[in-house]
Amino acid sequence: MTLYLAVFALLAAVHCEVLFNGDQVLRIHAESENHIQILKKLERDVDSGLDFWTHAVSTEQPVDIRVPHSSLYAVKDFLKKNNIPFTVIINNVQELLVREREEMVRNAEVERQTRRFNFAAYHDLETIYNFMDTLVASHSKLITKVNIGSTYENRPMYVLKFSTGGEKRPAIWIDAGIHAREWISHATAVWLADQIATDFKENRAPVPSILSKMDIYLMIVANPDGYVFTHRSPNEFYRFWRKSRSVTSNPKCHGVDLNRNWDAEFGGPGASDDPCTEDYRGPSAQSETEVKNIADLIMNHGNFKSFMTLHSYMQLLMYPYGYSGTDAPDQTELHDVASQASKALNSWHGTVYKVGSIFHTIEPASGASVDWAYQRGIKYSFAFELRDTGKYGFLLPADQIVSTARETWYALRYIMQYVCDHPY
Amino acid sequence: MLCAHWSRLRRVSSRSCCATALRSTHSSTRLSSSPERIMKTFCSVWLLLSVVELSPAQEPPLPETAEDMASTGDLEPTHYPARRAAQVALHYLNTRHGSPFRVFGLQQVHKASAEDVEAGGRKYKLDFSVTDWASGSAGPALRCSADVLFPRTERHSAPDVKLRCEALQQINRTVQEEEAFYQKHIPPDSAVSARDIPDSYGNMSEEMQPFWRLARVAASFIMLRESSENTEFNMVQMASVTQQESSEEQLMLEFVVLLHDLPSQEIVQWKLLASWSPDRGVRVLQTEWQPRCPHATKPPN
Repeated sequence: MTLYLAVFALLAAVHCEVLFNGDQVLRIHAESENHIQILKKLERDVDSGLDFWTHAVSTEQPVDIRVPHSSLYAVKDFLKKNNIPFTVIINNVQELLVREREEMVRNAEVERQTRRFNFAAYHDLETIYNFMDTLVASHSKLITKVNIGSTYENRPMYVLKFSTGGEKRPAIWIDAGIHAREWISHATAVWLADQIATDFKENRAPVPSILSKMDIYLMIVANPDGYVFTHRSPNEFYRFWRKSRSVTSNPKCHGVDLNRNWDAEFGGPGASDDPCTEDYRGPSAQSETEVKNIADLIMNHGNFKSFMTLHSYMQLLMYPYGYSGTDAPDQTELHDVASQASKALNSWHGTVYKVGSIFHTIEPASGASVDWAYQRGIKYSFAFELRDTGKYGFLLPADQIVSTARETWYALRYIMQYVCDHPY
Repeated sequence: MLCAHWSRLRRVSSRSCCATALRSTHSSTRLSSSPERIMKTFCSVWLLLSVVELSPAQEPPLPETAEDMASTGDLEPTHYPARRAAQVALHYLNTRHGSPFRVFGLQQVHKASAEDVEAGGRKYKLDFSVTDWASGSAGPALRCSADVLFPRTERHSAPDVKLRCEALQQINRTVQEEEAFYQKHIPPDSAVSARDIPDSYGNMSEEMQPFWRLARVAASFIMLRESSENTEFNMVQMASVTQQESSEEQLMLEFVVLLHDLPSQEIVQWKLLASWSPDRGVRVLQTEWQPRCPHATKPPN
């Protein structure tokens, strides 16, 4: 006898997992105070085996109850007799648990893949695009990959949208890689995407609170054609390519400087009308499909509150204007925000950024994205020039990627929090 | 231009208004003369207008050219005019004191001012700090002051630099490394040759570092010579180094360097022949501007 008991106990211990085969979850819609009282009495009855997922409090909120399979008929009969309406929201709890568990296993595998991604290295376009897919797969409720149009050479342009819901919430725009040779900007954006997702998942302030009120749009590669070109050969003609790859009026010279092609004092100072130059502005404002795709998205959305663009090098954090030396109307506030952000940046590794308007700090530049955004009412518009100050320039060693990305994140976090706290 | 005249006008008016006001307070209850009354009315209105600032129209500001912005007098140290002049002083510093184990980089401009000079140029006075890139981020900062004169001539001519750095003599700890490097590469069988330093990913071997620094120092001669108020040069890559036969106990190196000009964003390529020894430092013997791969659309094979 004791042997049987022992074997039974062993089997029970091994199969200690509770099963919920055929259990259902009912959603009760109490319509009167009387219904509430009945449900409260039912909940107090511990022998009923009913598992109240939400409690009977008022007629405003539904009451969810997991009902064991054996009690289903009796409970439904009881509710019908008391004229309490209900619906079955989960048909078979066990089935749901099995599916959830399978999903978790899948997610863990995908996450292992993301963690295997080497953030301390520069990657080509295909690898970055694969990374985006992996990231979206492991954070599918938070991130969607939006195809905003094609490049000149017909590559898709993707932006990662971080959103916890809502309809066209006030949004923050961040783009990288508009100038192909500035590899640290793409690499930083890749790291940022992962960091935002992870901070949200691990409930690390201020990301969850920012995302509860705002959406973040992150475009890791704003100039895919140019980026691919920089990978074609170590030859300097390829590696130091800056512009897009469109055909111009000069058959010997391709490409337009995408950050001189915006409709903001187009044709002004700091941009050239010669297709063979690095700062060729293009034949007309928004002539480049890459620029038009982004501009259209932002204008159609209509509710962006901040626009930030990542470049390299020079270690600068700048605000409008680029086309003129006159102070922007929000100069004082923008300078303050940028100064505080650069302090936050500096706190990570001691990296010093200088702060000022584009025109005064780096050079006059017309047709710039930050000016365009600002002129369209997106007040908190900033341009970053990331590391370094010239020692390696565009060829920043890969072992500085993560450090650069983290300090940039500190600055971006400050700005995003500020934007969130100062709605307009 | 108009702004300058306007503010001068205001200052003159204010002064005459001041004088009138003073006269009025000193005068007794005697009836003031007509001209004085007119003056007083004008002054009151003027003072009123000065106090009430008419709000500016909210139209986008007119673009200003770089010319307008180059103000005489104190310069904002974080703005590009001061920084460009400081970079020129840096190039000069590196031509004088750079070596395979020492290259200076600009850390910060503390104070800057500029003034037009009679001969038709512009002279910048700078107070700035530099760091030695070879000693990494731990290196101490050196305080320097410089006068940089950009001539304004028909054809471009090199800027003139007068430079003083404190404690420059004291940082001479690289003698041993220089000697070892020299001894290693002066023998006739040394034939160093390399391309793309650093590579696309920023990689550079330990062995290549001193050559890369030499390239920077040699490039500084070119950058100094080619600089103007409208350029801001930096070497972004040593495209190639090829050791030549040593001559007169000097290491002879042929470099191809890539310079990046910040305002135009152009990459400029120069080939140069330089010599170096611990005693004589860096000398540049020949320079030749190189056209870039002439807008080829196919990768060269």
